[in-house]
Amino acid sequence: MDKIWVLAEQHDGVPVGVVLELLTAARGFGNVIEVVTWGPSSVSAVTALGQYGAAKVYDVGDIGESLPGPKVAAAMAARISGGDGPDAILIGATHDGRDIAARLSVRLDLPVLTNVVGFDASEGGLTTEHTIFGGSMVLRAVFTGGAPGIFVIRTKSFAAEPVEAAEPPSPEVVAIDVPETGASDAARVVARHEEERSGPKLDEAAVVVSGGRGLGSPDNYALITELAQLLNGAPGASRAIVDAGWVPYAFQVGQTGKTVKPMVYIACGISGATQHMVGMKAAKNIIAINKDQEAPIFAIADLGVVGDVTKVIPRLIEAIKVRR
Amino acid sequence: MNVAVCVKQIPDTADPPALDPRDHTLVREGKLIMDDSDSYGVEMGLQLVEAGGGGEVSLVSMAPNGETTGLRNALAIGAARAILVSDPVLSGSDALGTAKVLAAAMRRLEPDLVLAGTESTDGYTGTTPVQVAELLGWPSVSFAKHIEISDGLLRVQRQTEAGYDEVTCPLPAVVTVTAGVVEPRYPSFKGIMAAKSKPVEEVTVAELGLDPSEVGSAGARQQVISVEAVEARKAGEIVVDQGDAHERVISFLQQLKIL
Ligand SMILES: Cc1cc2nc3c(=O)[nH]c(=O)nc-3n(C[C@H](O)[C@H](O)[C@H](O)COP(=O)(O)OP(=O)(O)OC[C@H]3O[C@@H](n4cnc5c(N)ncnc54)[C@H](O)[C@@H]3O)c2cc1C
Ligand SMILES: Nc1ncnc2c1ncn2[C@@H]1O[C@H](COP(=O)(O)O)[C@@H](O)[C@H]1O
Repeated sequence: MDKIWVLAEQHDGVPVGVVLELLTAARGFGNVIEVVTWGPSSVSAVTALGQYGAAKVYDVGDIGESLPGPKVAAAMAARISGGDGPDAILIGATHDGRDIAARLSVRLDLPVLTNVVGFDASEGGLTTEHTIFGGSMVLRAVFTGGAPGIFVIRTKSFAAEPVEAAEPPSPEVVAIDVPETGASDAARVVARHEEERSGPKLDEAAVVVSGGRGLGSPDNYALITELAQLLNGAPGASRAIVDAGWVPYAFQVGQTGKTVKPMVYIACGISGATQHMVGMKAAKNIIAINKDQEAPIFAIADLGVVGDVTKVIPRLIEAIKVRR
Repeated sequence: MNVAVCVKQIPDTADPPALDPRDHTLVREGKLIMDDSDSYGVEMGLQLVEAGGGGEVSLVSMAPNGETTGLRNALAIGAARAILVSDPVLSGSDALGTAKVLAAAMRRLEPDLVLAGTESTDGYTGTTPVQVAELLGWPSVSFAKHIEISDGLLRVQRQTEAGYDEVTCPLPAVVTVTAGVVEPRYPSFKGIMAAKSKPVEEVTVAELGLDPSEVGSAGARQQVISVEAVEARKAGEIVVDQGDAHERVISFLQQLKIL
């Protein structure tokens, strides 16, 4: 492949993790790697993007209170119809990434290929690997629709590695215009709220302790928080308890939540639905505590404890405290 | 205010999913059920219409084989009508093809608001609704966890990876709702009986004015090479707690130098 674009979502000038993963992956099969970014501090991200292989940064600039979808997709589509188009566009499966991919797809009248977890360029063309059926099967496919292929890639599918060079390349920055987007861009962000979290980030922590419906009550989630803290890890959750309002969505692990790859994942009172497992089964080690010996989570656990979480976890917490 | 809710009918999730070995498309035989992910949109639509004092909820569904069983429950809890786009040429449609069909149906219905799920249970591309919005030239707000409407303006709490954003948006618009936004109600006996006589309009691709080459497998532009099971992780040691299982967890964590 000659030219690859990576969508470079960043917040306050820091590219989100999946962008660095995709730049690393793109280096494996692209000759020229360029990125598209936006936001008030977009220029602060340029150095980091260069360190991971971006040769050029297309900057949409500040989009104000707009949601990114309409403006960023319109700017990309205009650049592509102007003749600067790439052979493939790699987009991380974030909320904004999916919106941009969807709108770009309509503007270019090209499909979006989603749930990508791997690329293979060894036989000339680009073969993509997609997870289907909640991550239980992998489908390999080639895109036959001409350039560019639009790919939405699941986070943590690739490890991020900077370019090995004494002098990190400094990418050329090119401002790109946003054409008229009309009514499609009428939504406005009027306030932003971030959940307060202390300790390591869920998708970066070496230890993740997650709780599910088996905790029995929202109050028992305190056990998860305490155990995570003692292990210097991050607390996570199944969707069942996020939907029930016990913990915020930012805690959710799984298909629609975060993908984690910690050294140890401790699943407490979680049954192990495919949509949960797809977000954590790449953990190096898995410990599961569940009172039902038949729970699917035990099929992938390195250590399975058949027991009551409300009894096992307090004893575990006490034993760890005694050791300190 | 009139709300249209996109509802996907999918094979029963209790049955193991299957692919057609010839063309690797999802097998959609047998009874279909309404995707659970869409039950929240239906309930949200009903609540918004009730709060707005007037209007109705319509369902829009695309399915290749004239299936309506997955719509009955939504009609039984209060949706007024349904449009079912059904046509053999729709088999093998991808998200963009599906979006073209749904957008064409929306042009017929002219709703004030379109609700959809953030992602379907079987396909989970998560792009279809925003593609519908772009095709209609409408704004969209994805990942809504709370929706209110006042003076014709939507106020949405949109989940983000770190928390949530408060977003305002004029109508008409497309909003995708996450699971858990609302608790879907159960149908009453009266509702189930009433659903039997509610109108379900079946339309074809041609009736929507679409070119068959744009939808179905003809539009999908992806050639499947292989489908394989993911290599499964193996189960490890199992201990049954007799009051001392935490000690085994401790020694496991010690081996990993976590403790
Ligand atoms: C499109 C789609 C996307 C989804 N995305 C996600 C996602 O991102 N993340 C996710 O997690 N889920 C997701 N789900 C939901 C998923 O299918 C499951 O419903 C969910 O993961 C179940 O959560 P749970 O394991 O906490 O609850 P349950 O399945 O109810 O399991 C609770 C477990 O706790 C055990 N238990 C009960 N009491 C105790 C006790 N005292 N001690 C020990 N164990 C006990 C039970 O044996 C049971 O195994 C998604 C579903 C769909 C359709
Ligand atoms: N065939 C369909 N009929 C009606 N709605 C659909 C269809 N496919 C997708 N949708 C809607 O789009 C949402 C996201 O689906 P997907 O893009 O498949 O993840 C679903 O939750 C539905 O609301």
